Amino acid sequence: MSTEIKKYTISVFSENYSGILYRITQIFTRRKINIESLTTSESEKEGIHRFTIVVYGTENTVRNVALQIEKLVDVLMASYFLDDEVVAREIALYKMKPGPKVNEIVEAHNAKILYADADFIAIEKTGRKDETKSLFKDLEPHGILEFVRSGRVAVSKPMYSLHNYLQEIGEA
Amino acid sequence: MELTMEKEKLKTEKSMKTKTISGSEAVVLSLLEEGINIVFGYPGGAIMPLYDELYKYQDKIHHVLVRHEQGATHAAEGYSRTTNTTAVAIATSGPGATNLITGIADAMIDSTPMVCITGQVGAHLLGTDAFQETDIIGIAAPVTKWSFQVTKASEIPGAIAKAFYIANSGRPGPVLIDITKNALFEVFEFEYKKCTHIRSYQPKPVLNMEQVKQAAAAINGAKKPFILCGHGVLLSHAQEALMGVMEKAGIPAASTLLGLSAIPSSHQLYVGMLGMHGNYGPNMKTNECDVLIAVGMRFDDRVTGRLDAYAKQAKIIHIELDKSEISKNVHAHIPIHADAKEALNALLPLLERNKHPEWLEEFKACDKIEFEKVIKEELNPSTPQIKMAEVVRKLSDITKGQAILVTDVGQHQMMGLRYYQFETTNANVTSGGLGTMGFCLPAAFGAKMANPNKEVLAIIGDGGFQMTIQELGTIFQTNAAVKIIILNNNFLGLVRQWQALFFDRRYAQTELINPNFVMISQGYGIPAKKIEKREEIESAIKEMLAHNGPYLLEVMVEQEGNVFPMIPQGKAVHEIQLEA
Repeated sequence: MSTEIKKYTISVFSENYSGILYRITQIFTRRKINIESLTTSESEKEGIHRFTIVVYGTENTVRNVALQIEKLVDVLMASYFLDDEVVAREIALYKMKPGPKVNEIVEAHNAKILYADADFIAIEKTGRKDETKSLFKDLEPHGILEFVRSGRVAVSKPMYSLHNYLQEIGEA
Repeated sequence: MELTMEKEKLKTEKSMKTKTISGSEAVVLSLLEEGINIVFGYPGGAIMPLYDELYKYQDKIHHVLVRHEQGATHAAEGYSRTTNTTAVAIATSGPGATNLITGIADAMIDSTPMVCITGQVGAHLLGTDAFQETDIIGIAAPVTKWSFQVTKASEIPGAIAKAFYIANSGRPGPVLIDITKNALFEVFEFEYKKCTHIRSYQPKPVLNMEQVKQAAAAINGAKKPFILCGHGVLLSHAQEALMGVMEKAGIPAASTLLGLSAIPSSHQLYVGMLGMHGNYGPNMKTNECDVLIAVGMRFDDRVTGRLDAYAKQAKIIHIELDKSEISKNVHAHIPIHADAKEALNALLPLLERNKHPEWLEEFKACDKIEFEKVIKEELNPSTPQIKMAEVVRKLSDITKGQAILVTDVGQHQMMGLRYYQFETTNANVTSGGLGTMGFCLPAAFGAKMANPNKEVLAIIGDGGFQMTIQELGTIFQTNAAVKIIILNNNFLGLVRQWQALFFDRRYAQTELINPNFVMISQGYGIPAKKIEKREEIESAIKEMLAHNGPYLLEVMVEQEGNVFPMIPQGKAVHEIQLEA
């Protein structure tokens, strides 16, 4: 297996019990792997939670980590993907002083103004990290008051899904 | 009036299925439902309500009062390893709970089914730094297979049922149930249902026959096949199945440290122990075999040595229940994700009857070399001081390999497991993965309580003995008839050996000025004897074994003896050294 360090997206499906997040992140911390981003939400199946975790690592390490996550009693399934195997997005919010130049930039970047009042406007941009970063760069000279970006959310391109897995184990 | 009677009737009907009881009583009844009749533990504030119930149920559950909570976990491990059943350890909140951690970690890495029950402060105090509050669920998460905090009595039966199911299914491991004090007092309608299924947990993989066929083809075509027998063979009760495969296809087999006692030492195809201080032949031949069949083992670094020079020439078949262990350290050409017994039973009919006499001769040639260079002098020393190996071999001979051997960690452990010749199964209790000094003494009385009719030998070094020495109190109180053999070299021997070999003999903090162990033992009411001369060994062992009850024998051994062979860290298995 390749020893090249690459960016991987790990998808984890779990029961929604308290403590499961800690058990999952602990598998990374014990190997001193820094988590680039982590988001959790409910999945397509009620009661089953989905974690999207982005890390850098070799394929061997990421494979072993995914298997160790899958081994957790409350985890149903864990898979890992390279960037070209997922459709992924992040959402970024920017708080700015209002101004005509800002509006121009927002339009050029296909971003959205979510909120505006006399003091500030809130801009939303959804996209890949390079896209939200590029908007940040363009807005920066105009004074960004606050900036926040979500972790990655991703769906996989391979068609094997949670549903297939649940069918296999007779739980669909 | 009628209405009240109706109500009463309903209540009676209900209580035929359920029972209104306290959370504490529910814990006890749940344990009884799981077939538990012995627990190891130590009381304290938060767990007191449970102890009050244990008092009431003492004719049904024998509570063994240890002298430190760590002892409870190791005793549970000793009980579990010799029976393959789940054992129970109980502690209070805070320090009681944290004292369990070493034993829990030990059970985790050595796949030992154990359920730990800890008391916790009342639910309303959680997170407030209350007296004896600690986040034991958080602390224990990395070293437990599963854990759950109960804050309501109604959660107790479900949590305990799940705990027992998880602890002893799939790859076994420790589970922790933390119960807040209010939940122990609360009264509720108790009903117990055993857990047999958890959606997110698939402990029994479906055997893939294609892979089994591939494995059979590889084995049938092999000239130099070699089996590695791991702990999983014992855990899945696959001893007979494994020996069936060995015998039909004429395959020599070696054992990992934890796989010992799965195959009798006298078996014609058994070639010895693997690993850093294992036998010469199995380590050398790992890098010469053409098909390596690993069963129920995880290619620990103490077994593989340098990974990039490990069995590179061989086609590797890995039969393993824990999917995350397959190709984790050593790439498996033919992975078989399955229960060992099931896989071996499926494999057997596909194997051709075969013999590999020349290949076996190669192992015998290695044995000869190891005997000449190492074993001969260890068993028949030319020096006056007693050597560990001769004591162990004498114990082995006198007990005819039928004893349960419990070892601690260090030189005596390596010597114990190298020179005791197991002829009975589930007889090796040692701390393998974690290497926990202090494991032996409590594990030994745990094993004895599970096997009152078997001889239990606790071989301990002078260092490890002092890590849980207070458990002599438990042995005295319970009169558990363990035979304690201290192999005393006044050193932390294995560390000293490394200092001698790799740190120019700078013995940094490895020399021990020891107390009078015989007096300490006698102080605890346990008869004891100390010997220093070779001619005393046999009679002292016989005297010890003849004693009806616990006994301590201190044997003064050579101070600077080394364990050989040895694969120095970072070296390949074939670079195993027979001498310094």
